[in-house]
Amino acid sequence: MTARTAAALSSAALVLVVSGCTSFYEIPIETPIQPKMDVTPFQRVFIAGFIAGGSEDVDANLETVRLLRSQLRSKSPLRVIEADVLPLVDLAREQAAPESRAATDATTAPPLPPEAGSGSDAAQGTATGAPAGAPTTGANTNGAAPGDHVQGAAPGDRAPAAGGAKPAADPKNAVRIRDEKDLEPLEGIFANVDYWKKLGEEYQNPLIVTGTVLFTPHARSGFVQREQEYYDSFGRRRVVPVRTYMERKGFILRPKFIFIDGRTGTTIYSESFREEVLYSPQQSTPALSSYFELMDRLIPSFLSTLSTQKIKGSRILLK
Amino acid sequence: MIFRLLVAGCLVSLAAVPSYADARKNAKAQVEFGVNVAQKGLWREAIYRWERAVEIDPTYAAAFNNLAVAYEHEGQFEKARKAYEKATELDPNNAMLRQNYDLFKEINDRTNRSSVK
Repeated sequence: MTARTAAALSSAALVLVVSGCTSFYEIPIETPIQPKMDVTPFQRVFIAGFIAGGSEDVDANLETVRLLRSQLRSKSPLRVIEADVLPLVDLAREQAAPESRAATDATTAPPLPPEAGSGSDAAQGTATGAPAGAPTTGANTNGAAPGDHVQGAAPGDRAPAAGGAKPAADPKNAVRIRDEKDLEPLEGIFANVDYWKKLGEEYQNPLIVTGTVLFTPHARSGFVQREQEYYDSFGRRRVVPVRTYMERKGFILRPKFIFIDGRTGTTIYSESFREEVLYSPQQSTPALSSYFELMDRLIPSFLSTLSTQKIKGSRILLK
Repeated sequence: MIFRLLVAGCLVSLAAVPSYADARKNAKAQVEFGVNVAQKGLWREAIYRWERAVEIDPTYAAAFNNLAVAYEHEGQFEKARKAYEKATELDPNNAMLRQNYDLFKEINDRTNRSSVK
């Protein structure tokens, strides 16, 4: 009898505990993340171009510009300027070694920003300021008429090199950027206030986004823990962790986004990221797929710099 | 004299028990109302109710938890953090509360991560 009473009491207590625990409600919430930067002084954003290096299979400059522009078009209140992508590596090299450049190529135009007239957005009225001799397409890369607020080139489009700048890929002069050491001497261009101010003037003082992108192949070997399933003598499925030695290959993406005030040419904010992906030897993932996989991870952080983002999730309300 | 003081103390304690019970009951009513309106998306009203609840009963962990969730939803992270801290202080063993707090911290950390001028 005593045992039965004890059992009844304990089950009653359990019911109480369970009912106590069940007075909760899962509720979806959207957490707003305030932008890290105040972009209220700007109506436009110009993703100018990046000093890119690493894998030869991906044009990280072009791909990054296209991806960021397409993201900002739908997820930012700023109007995205559609203009040709700056071949920033070449411009940075020219700026880094002006004397050698002057010696070898005295007749080439200085590394000025491309003409505003070549971009659709700027074609609204600033094209008149284009220096003589500079190529002015009169239409954007999409082929739209001048004055159209066309938002973006279709995927797969390749923008030609802009205005006074040399083409992005110049195999004769190209010295590959492999790592951060190769980037260092070129980063001086971001501190060139006059250059960015002039570029800003061409595009009606937008917020300029530039920086560096390193997308490098990467291999790592070592023990990896994975789950292996097997069936025991009773036919039951079992999963056990197994440590195996693997040589995996993948990529590392190291972008640094620099935000420059187009009115003054000064850097107002910068942010660095590092993302990595490794694949098992059996997997054959194209470099471009890996690039987008890694960019996908950091795009929310990039966007949250410029605009309020909402993170969806759920929380538990208690009673 | 000592006896009288003891009697007075006992009377005060007895009077305090129902008032505490009343406070919890009133606070619970506010919390429940807040949950109902929050489920309908009326987060401002929910915040008002839960703020009332924690005023009425400052030892009510659930009210602080709900208030923290609502502040989080409204983007008021500092207030949310304080409310979560208070809730976990009052009920440190509540797994659901801790889960909410952990999720909040993850978002908060992400927001503040790798910001370099």
